[in-house]
Amino acid sequence: MEQNLKELKIELSKNGIFTTTLEELYNWGRKNSVWPLTFGLACCAIEMIATTMARYDLARFGAEVFRPSPRQADLIIVSGTVTKKMAPQVVRLYNQMPEPKYVIAMGACAISGGPFRDGYNVLKGIDRYIPVDVHIPGCPPRPEALIHAFMTLQKKIEEQSLSGADRPRHLDADLPSEFPVPSFGEHGLEPPNNPDVFFNEPGNPLKVIQ
Amino acid sequence: MSSIPEHPWLMVIGLLVGGVAFGFAPLALAWLWARFFSPQKPGAEKNATYECGLESKGDAWIQFGASYYIYAIVFLVFDVEAIFLLPFAVAFTGLPAGACIAMLVFLLLLVEGLIWACQKGVLTWA
Repeated sequence: MEQNLKELKIELSKNGIFTTTLEELYNWGRKNSVWPLTFGLACCAIEMIATTMARYDLARFGAEVFRPSPRQADLIIVSGTVTKKMAPQVVRLYNQMPEPKYVIAMGACAISGGPFRDGYNVLKGIDRYIPVDVHIPGCPPRPEALIHAFMTLQKKIEEQSLSGADRPRHLDADLPSEFPVPSFGEHGLEPPNNPDVFFNEPGNPLKVIQ
Repeated sequence: MSSIPEHPWLMVIGLLVGGVAFGFAPLALAWLWARFFSPQKPGAEKNATYECGLESKGDAWIQFGASYYIYAIVFLVFDVEAIFLLPFAVAFTGLPAGACIAMLVFLLLLVEGLIWACQKGVLTWA
């Protein structure tokens, strides 16, 4: 059915008739107005700031309006080392963002703990607690890398279908709106990860990796 | 000219209604869209007070110490007075008598405050 529609669209466009679907229109609007949260954690935040400035100009992608409150933000860029002290705050901020919401883990630290991985107080990747859409390696990643990640996210939003089993989280009423916030225990954060978003079994790699 | 006699305010009223509608229509559309189409997923944490990610402690409606008013008054005496004294001193020779008296009344009011603060013991540090 969907294949037929696509063929029909191509056929019509060949004859000079431009058609679109509600889904495409909706996703087109969504992907070009992703507002990030003003949220910097470490040195990656400096690169994130540089990305928004005139030289790299994130405004070209409709994302220059960094929102100072999670209530108006669509995207949280986890830019830097997440310490165990900070992790509950990151998860809480993510919880307070309205759906649909996306996460970019920027830099080696946000992905895995990076050079501070062996530190006693460093979280080994924010994807232990919240679902990450795009990972950017680098220490720190250059602004071009963040822009690439942003374009990847836009592509992902564009391709999301609004119905069916693989529809995005915000259109699935059964999925929870909040993720459990870790708390401090005797040996670091409890729980050490959120099993709903973080699992790494043989043959079943991290489901969140792009 | 049209033969129908028009009320002289008709045009203004029409523009007023149009202007109000122009302002409210987007708000109403946004409200309708949010009401019927937006995927709403409220939760205890999501609806909690935003405190930069931290859990809010207590209520926002608390009493602040009223004793800080003394700093406001002393600030007014020293800082605001200094701001007005400078132009007063610069323009002093060219001022008419009325302006001079008005300025002196202003100074007197603030000096009165200074004496009051002095008597209250605000200006002694120990």
